[in-house]
Amino acid sequence: MSNYKAQDFKFGQPRWCPGCGDHAFLGALHKAMSEIGVAPHETAVISGIGCSSRLPYYMNTYGFHTIHGRAAAIATGAKVANPNLTVWQISGDGDGLAIGGNHFIHAVRRNIDLNMILLNNRIYGLTKGQYSPTSVRGFVSKSSPYGTVEDPFRPAELCFGARGNFFARCVATDMTAAVECLKAAAQHKGASVTEVLQNCVIFNNGTHESVYTKEGRAKNAIYLEHGKPMLFGENKEFGLVQEGFGLKVVKLGENGITENDILVHDAHCTDPTLHLKLALMEGPDFPVALGIIRDVEAPTYNDSVHAQIEEVKTKKAYHNFAELLETNEIWEIK
Amino acid sequence: MQQYITQTKNKFVHITNTNFDHIMAEQEKNQITDKVIVRFSGDSGDGMQLAGNIFSTISATVGNDICTFPDYPADIRAPQGVLTGVSGFQVHIGADKVYTPGDKCDILIAMNPAALKTQYKHCKPTAAIIIDTDSFTAKDLEKAEFKTDDPIAELGITCDVVPCPITSMCLETLKDSGMDNKSIIRCKNMLALGLVCWLINRDLSLAENMLRAKFAKKPEIAEANIKVLRAGYDMGHNTHASISHSYSIESKDKTKGRYMDINGNKATAYGLMAAAEKAGMRLFLGSYPITPATDILHELAKHKSMGVVTMQAEDEIAGCASAVGAAYAGALACTSTSGPGICLKSEAINLAVITELPLVIIDVQRGGPSTGLPTKSEQTDLLQALFGRNGESPMPVIAATSPTDCFESAYLAAKIAVEHMTPVILLSDAFIANGSAAWKLPNLAEYPEIKPNYVTPEMSEGWSPYKRNPDTLVRYWAVPGTPGFMHRIGGLEKNDKTGAICNDPDNHHLMVEQRAQKIERIADTLPPLKVEGDADAELLIVGFGGTYGHLHEAMLQMCSEGKKVAHAHLNVVNPLPRNTQETLARYKKVVVAEQNMGQLAAFLRMKTTGANIIQYNEVKGQPFNVATLVDAFTKIMEE
Repeated sequence: MSNYKAQDFKFGQPRWCPGCGDHAFLGALHKAMSEIGVAPHETAVISGIGCSSRLPYYMNTYGFHTIHGRAAAIATGAKVANPNLTVWQISGDGDGLAIGGNHFIHAVRRNIDLNMILLNNRIYGLTKGQYSPTSVRGFVSKSSPYGTVEDPFRPAELCFGARGNFFARCVATDMTAAVECLKAAAQHKGASVTEVLQNCVIFNNGTHESVYTKEGRAKNAIYLEHGKPMLFGENKEFGLVQEGFGLKVVKLGENGITENDILVHDAHCTDPTLHLKLALMEGPDFPVALGIIRDVEAPTYNDSVHAQIEEVKTKKAYHNFAELLETNEIWEIK
Repeated sequence: MQQYITQTKNKFVHITNTNFDHIMAEQEKNQITDKVIVRFSGDSGDGMQLAGNIFSTISATVGNDICTFPDYPADIRAPQGVLTGVSGFQVHIGADKVYTPGDKCDILIAMNPAALKTQYKHCKPTAAIIIDTDSFTAKDLEKAEFKTDDPIAELGITCDVVPCPITSMCLETLKDSGMDNKSIIRCKNMLALGLVCWLINRDLSLAENMLRAKFAKKPEIAEANIKVLRAGYDMGHNTHASISHSYSIESKDKTKGRYMDINGNKATAYGLMAAAEKAGMRLFLGSYPITPATDILHELAKHKSMGVVTMQAEDEIAGCASAVGAAYAGALACTSTSGPGICLKSEAINLAVITELPLVIIDVQRGGPSTGLPTKSEQTDLLQALFGRNGESPMPVIAATSPTDCFESAYLAAKIAVEHMTPVILLSDAFIANGSAAWKLPNLAEYPEIKPNYVTPEMSEGWSPYKRNPDTLVRYWAVPGTPGFMHRIGGLEKNDKTGAICNDPDNHHLMVEQRAQKIERIADTLPPLKVEGDADAELLIVGFGGTYGHLHEAMLQMCSEGKKVAHAHLNVVNPLPRNTQETLARYKKVVVAEQNMGQLAAFLRMKTTGANIIQYNEVKGQPFNVATLVDAFTKIMEE
């Protein structure tokens, strides 16, 4: 049991726009941290640049608001230099996937034990409304007045392409589910990516509309839970089955379909193929997958770095500077 | 060409058969000298660097001073025998202190025509050139773009050329070894080394010990190399008639103690490890491979038993960014690179400037701009180091002055970074990074303490991240993990008192001033600028960083000619030593000599008044040449 309350992690007065999804997410993060139980002074929250990257200023932990795109690289250095810290890395879609795309994929590939949060509102908010690498094709913005002519990244695809072992998705305003995702992300050893679907009321209002309300989620989303059948719909009347190379939505009771025919979620399966399929589902034909989609254990970079250091320490006879000098070819002038 | 080969082979046979005629002459031909410069050259796969390294180490072992300069081609393995694939290694050995690898050599080993063609220009008129006649076939000459079959005449070589059948001697020596020809030929660098050892009167047992240590796991390879080495020495002994003189170099007044050979990159790595130990901090290096800095990453990656963490990052930016993160988390954090990497790291460096985190950035300068001359040396990043960031972004800049000084400078850079909570740029260059010298082993106990400016528990009441020591203006460091000091820092300007984000105009001006003042005040902890040479000098030579040896030698030579010259060399360029203004203004003429178009001169003009600054600039990717400097400075004095 944790000794902390959400209040213990709160600091200052957030200055995001009223109605911004970041407010709700911040509340979920405070709550999750209080339940995780790591002391505020052993927690570092490291962000890049953008609206969501202001988040460390509202944390009563160690906080580092860094530079555009580099949060993952900076967090990596902090974690490997001091593995005892619990490190949260906060980025938006522009920060994490455009200017910081290289650091994002390499942090995931290395499997450094970071809790990487990707607040995805599909827009550049702080620079006042340009399309981002997650904006849909044809998106009209100040920098794309006639619509974009490029396809967006799908964060899960990047994560799995970089051999990611943890991917979760939640909606910023969906407190209970968000807290569950954040707790699982923190518990996971290694790089965890949590995509937070977040609304920008000013420049991209309604971008996640289909799943942003409780009612919407009941119709258009599926909460995946490890070991549970993949059922969704207002009355859990729909389910997912595998068909050929893909997934298919079926209705219970139709064509003799029973709950036994429905796929059971296995977040721990090493093969990411179905995890990717689930993560890429979108409306109107499919529900949007929420919850912990993939959660697989693998050696972490920070553990491996320090294990190797300990191993070499036992193998090599020199452990300080004076001993190091003696490993060289030395001659004496008398 | 065939005729030429036959001739030289006959000459060799002739000499070996008649060696005894010359025994009497041996004493007369042995010249006792103070210094000699040897240059080994061949294809980049010919093992010239190893031969040169062994030769310099055994010379240092007997108490000579050494200074080396490896001159690598940019290609890893150019096609065999072509002009662009020549690898050179020059070593200057002296009875007294030597400051440079020397302008021109007394002995040149040229393993093929391409080496002869490209390296001949590095020879003194009195030099002896040893060539491997076996690699002077018509095909070899063609690869080296000779037009005739007489390369000596074609190049107009007037020095002694000593033709030796190095490859065939090597094959002959190891014919019963059971090794294949390819492996045997790989030993030919040892034949050249043996020959040079005879010429300079070196004791072969030292080289043999080194080979046995180097090939400890493959004793048969060690013995094969030793056999060839001895054959080379014997060949020298038997053919000395064809070389105008051999050399003996005694040792004078060498400081007693234990020594090792060290190059600048290794010394930099050692300096960082020494500083981390002294400060009681974990050493972290975030780096991305780049010539000529990569050996620092290689070196530190080896020493995990000392707890060093090295991370090969995904790019230059992440190399620096990970180091900023490691610094934030309390490590002695460093990043190593060359000029193009500094361009990419600038933004992350600036984050360390505004958040006032300790960080050591090593820039091993190479020829620029852009990719430029990756394996060559320049001092063209000085202004980038001083000013190459957005905003008012003052940072200490330290420039190592020699291979061994890289140790001292890296230690100093780390000390300043940690004690003054600031990123520090350490400038090295390809010349001192790859060059080596004999290094007296340091005793870490004698080095100054390194005390990080940590918060103490009693400070927690009313503490804020930008609370400063009133004397040094250094902020106190609360490392994440410390209870009671949770705080937030970042790239946005902060309030001087509370540490909160602050856009107030007066506060910004104050913070800009405080950051600048903090760096300026570091000068209080640094030694004054030292002037060496004539006390009544009319000309003061001023330089910074890796040109120390050449400028010092030029000064010594001019003084010995009776000219009133002195030399002052900047090890710390920012903040300038407190007496810089007064020193520069004292001389009739000040020549600022640097391997760029006048970057230090511009900085000195900005920071001082009343100095008569004259520029000497050379940007060739090559070390200075002492004789050229002496001519130029003499002319400046006469003007």
